[in-house]
Amino acid sequence: MPPSLAPIFRQAVLRAMPFTVMIGPFGALFGVLATAQGMSVFEAMAFSVVVIAGASQFAALQMMQDGAPILLIILTATAVNLRMAMYSVAMTPHLGMAPLWQRAVIAYFLVDQSFVLGASEYERRTDWGLAEKLAWYAGIVTPICGLWYLATWLGATFGKSVPPHWPLDFIVPVSFLAMISPILLTRAQMLAAAVSVGGTLALWWMPHSSGLLVAALAAMLAGAIWETREEARHAG
Amino acid sequence: MPVEAIADKTLLWTVILGLGAATFLLRFSFLGLIGNRVLPGFLLKMLRYTPMAMIPGLVAPGVVWPAATGGEPDPARLIAALVTIAVGIWLRSTLAAVGAGVTALLLGLWGLG
Repeated sequence: MPPSLAPIFRQAVLRAMPFTVMIGPFGALFGVLATAQGMSVFEAMAFSVVVIAGASQFAALQMMQDGAPILLIILTATAVNLRMAMYSVAMTPHLGMAPLWQRAVIAYFLVDQSFVLGASEYERRTDWGLAEKLAWYAGIVTPICGLWYLATWLGATFGKSVPPHWPLDFIVPVSFLAMISPILLTRAQMLAAAVSVGGTLALWWMPHSSGLLVAALAAMLAGAIWETREEARHAG
Repeated sequence: MPVEAIADKTLLWTVILGLGAATFLLRFSFLGLIGNRVLPGFLLKMLRYTPMAMIPGLVAPGVVWPAATGGEPDPARLIAALVTIAVGIWLRSTLAAVGAGVTALLLGLWGLG
């Protein structure tokens, strides 16, 4: 790395540090739950390395435990990650001119934190070229994703010492609710969450929790429509 | 949680590889394949709501009808869920919300169970 890029990399590592507080416990929890469901350490690690998207990994784990059909598991867990297409759109103006193999690597590491910390900094640093932007990106994903792998491994390796009577079944719902509730800021977001809950419970009679996908689509529509109406109100 | 072995390794690896490939394609979509073509604004708006559209619904049935109690509503789990949401919205901190939710769950199971 040229000397001018090293400070940018180090700065990015420091900026990512507060987020590691979250990554550690969640990665470890995934490792613990995965092995509690009968996965080997290698399989739990493969999950975190191949998928590298926490919420969808927990979703897949829960649906596998419920015995849902395989296509629905993949479909539902993928739907949890739909927002990443939006991250991809947001990153394209900044990193889209990198060579194809680099864009593939960038895409693999495109997680919530690299999007949030990348997009916000790129908007501010209009003087940065591609090399500086890539150094920043590498500085963000090194601690975030590195810790995700490490924490999964720790959880999977030492998780067997968790006493069997602990209410692990409910740790995942609590974690999910804790992830979502702090980011419910606008009315539109709260409406989407309410439609999601109400819709899923009302459609619970549908086979293998497929009602969730219908409710989620309705919730996304409700949020987007509400936001559009709010914008129109403020504009007019 | 009952120790429920994921016995079907074919299913497990299909989920890992299928979910991994689909998620990579979502991340790669614009950066790699679609390039600078513009998505309709309304579609982008909808994509932004995926976390709040998917996750509350994913959790809700397990909160209301937990498998661990045979599908019977369980006051300890309901209270823990409500405490988690309240603390998350109030303090805007995931870690605080997890801590409060787990504490409420353990206290509830100990006190009510």
